[in-house]
Amino acid sequence: MLSILKNRFEQGYRTSGYPKTPVCLPARYRGRPELNMDAPVDVIHACADVCPQEAIDPVAKTLDMGRCMFCGDCERIADGRFVRFTQNYEIAVAKKTDLVTKGTLPDLARHAKQHFKKYFGRSLQLRQVSAGGCNACEADLNVLSTPFFDLARFGINFVASPRHADGMVVTGPVSRNMKTALLQTYEAIPEPKVVIAAGCCALSGGPFQGSPEITEGLDRLLPVDLFIPGCPPHPMTHLHALLSFFK
Amino acid sequence: MAMELMPISNGVAVSRKKVPHLSFRDFADQTIQMVSDGGKVVQFFAYPDEGGKVRLMTVLRKSGDLFAAGCDAPDVYPALSAEATCFHLFEREIAEQYGIRPDGHPWLKMVRYHANYRGVTDVFGNDYAEDIPGRYPYYTVSGEGVHEVAVGPVHAGVIEPGHFRFNCIGERVLNLEIQLGYQHRGIEPLLTTVDPKRLSAITENIAGDTTIGHSLCHAQAMEALMGLVPDDGAQTLRTLSLELERLANHVGDLGAISGDVAFLPPANYCGRMRGDFLNMTLLICGNRFGKGLVRAGGVRFSLTEDLRHELAGRLGELKPQVRHVLSLLMNTPSVRARLEDCGRVSFEDADNLGLVGPAGRACGHPYDVRRVFPTAGYTRLDIPEYSESTGDVWARVSVRCQEVLQSIGIVESLLETAVDTTPVHTLPKIGIAADSLVVTLNEAWRGEASHCILTDSAGRLLRYKIKDPSFHNWHGLSMALRNTGISDFPLNNKSHNLSYCGFDV
Repeated sequence: MLSILKNRFEQGYRTSGYPKTPVCLPARYRGRPELNMDAPVDVIHACADVCPQEAIDPVAKTLDMGRCMFCGDCERIADGRFVRFTQNYEIAVAKKTDLVTKGTLPDLARHAKQHFKKYFGRSLQLRQVSAGGCNACEADLNVLSTPFFDLARFGINFVASPRHADGMVVTGPVSRNMKTALLQTYEAIPEPKVVIAAGCCALSGGPFQGSPEITEGLDRLLPVDLFIPGCPPHPMTHLHALLSFFK
Repeated sequence: MAMELMPISNGVAVSRKKVPHLSFRDFADQTIQMVSDGGKVVQFFAYPDEGGKVRLMTVLRKSGDLFAAGCDAPDVYPALSAEATCFHLFEREIAEQYGIRPDGHPWLKMVRYHANYRGVTDVFGNDYAEDIPGRYPYYTVSGEGVHEVAVGPVHAGVIEPGHFRFNCIGERVLNLEIQLGYQHRGIEPLLTTVDPKRLSAITENIAGDTTIGHSLCHAQAMEALMGLVPDDGAQTLRTLSLELERLANHVGDLGAISGDVAFLPPANYCGRMRGDFLNMTLLICGNRFGKGLVRAGGVRFSLTEDLRHELAGRLGELKPQVRHVLSLLMNTPSVRARLEDCGRVSFEDADNLGLVGPAGRACGHPYDVRRVFPTAGYTRLDIPEYSESTGDVWARVSVRCQEVLQSIGIVESLLETAVDTTPVHTLPKIGIAADSLVVTLNEAWRGEASHCILTDSAGRLLRYKIKDPSFHNWHGLSMALRNTGISDFPLNNKSHNLSYCGFDV
């Protein structure tokens, strides 16, 4: 008992004050990209060429955050002359077309479907389905339940049964072998329901693009309401997305 | 019998022409002989050679040495599994990938559920136009009081998919059959067809919680084929991040185990401290899992002096907290009572199955790649030989607690002196050695991870074989459940915490 108390005091109080007090991420974290429209054409092409994900369109001068794995190769090869990654982790969007960006993103809170805020603003129960990813997205969703993030204080929980859920968070590139189970889980959730695609794989197939075993984007199978980019999305990106979209 | 398997080294490319090409009979005899003399399978797979012939390749380890040999693959052959258990899953995988039938295999069932790469008749008689679950057998039991419990693929938590079929009598598990494949992304064939600039992005996503383990295996293999040598600082940073990965995962799982026995203080503290270790990796490379850190030729980030002091400071603060929480967990009698004698795997079963990593060390098998086949900074570190003997959940938890303390010590020592490295950028545009074989091994947090690359006469990737430690260890979990109460499944599962995606590739 004494040991329990000693540990309790040593651990202290750890829950973040977000969203009231901001949380800053370290300098090397790569969040919302900013693009320089005045960059020389050859620099832009070099950035597009180096991208393992073909996320950069050198003609339109855009970056597709759905394909981007935030590896930062484009920033490094040109010393940030075309793409520069900021420490801003608030990068989720409600429309897939908004993933293709020149550096500015619409305000998620204002673009959220207002009836979702009415239905789910005070209580949101989510069923997570992992469908073919690498388990990093799942891991960084799981940490939302740890003391620092403490998702439950916002009335948001992950539940075991789709019957108890208001929506589904899907991670992974929807492998062929998971497709049926995923669609059955979706069917089992009562209306009205929300579908959230989290992570590069669920947005575009991620690094597995081109494999016949996967789906290049969850939105090819189901209507998606919220897109959360990242490989994996930082837990703060998840938290910001859920709070802005539903609160 | 004359020894004809060829000794090779971890992370050193050899010409494929030098690798002994045996008759199938000799190949089978010598492989089985080495395994019965205490050897273990590191890799065993089929590949299509130039000219369309399918061949088999094996890489074995025995008392500190690695051996390789190959042969032509017959369409049907007498199963090696009939002689030695450790080939069981490898042979099923070969049958699935290349349509080669091991006759007399004790449980010839698909592994991941996909059509074979050659387009020949399916060994299992599956029609892959039909979604999983297709038509394939499960172990069955019958009799009074006997029943089955089926769980998954979608599980109750935020975890990966897999199907677990428990054959039970009352509350007691007679057998647990684990059917995976739901996370199958077709990574191995994808790797041989993509633009080389995509290779590291794909390999670091084999298993996200083992990003460093797998990206090290990949980078070292590419370095061997391209003649690249990472500098000392890069080796140190690689070692440091592999240990941080081990720390984050072990600490997280120890917390989860505490949660499973309803002892909540360590569950919460470990969850938080796991995050602190992930955030140290975030500090180094901008990603909590180390994605984007390791590349062929070195690492992509330097460790500035400011960063080194920051990391050392954070670790200094965390170390006593970790010690105290683990000691709280291990010294609470009600916790100990739940873990001891639960889910015991015998020394012999672990030996026959070839269990690796903490799962093997908990059963008295001290094998650790960091000590036996050291790469990166491990050549300069002294990794002590260590194992537990009881093979139960308690032993697995004890091993992982020990490793947490050991890894903290390693990271501390690596942070003592300045780390000087020149960051590397993209893959250099230099050729890859033609007609070569390279095998790399690293002690990822679950145990031995290994990649094997074969190149063709034009220096293209001919075959890329990935083995996550979970490929060995899932059967260990099945064995742990035998004659164990079904309510103890979570404890056994967490104490192993195996990778679905690493297995499914």
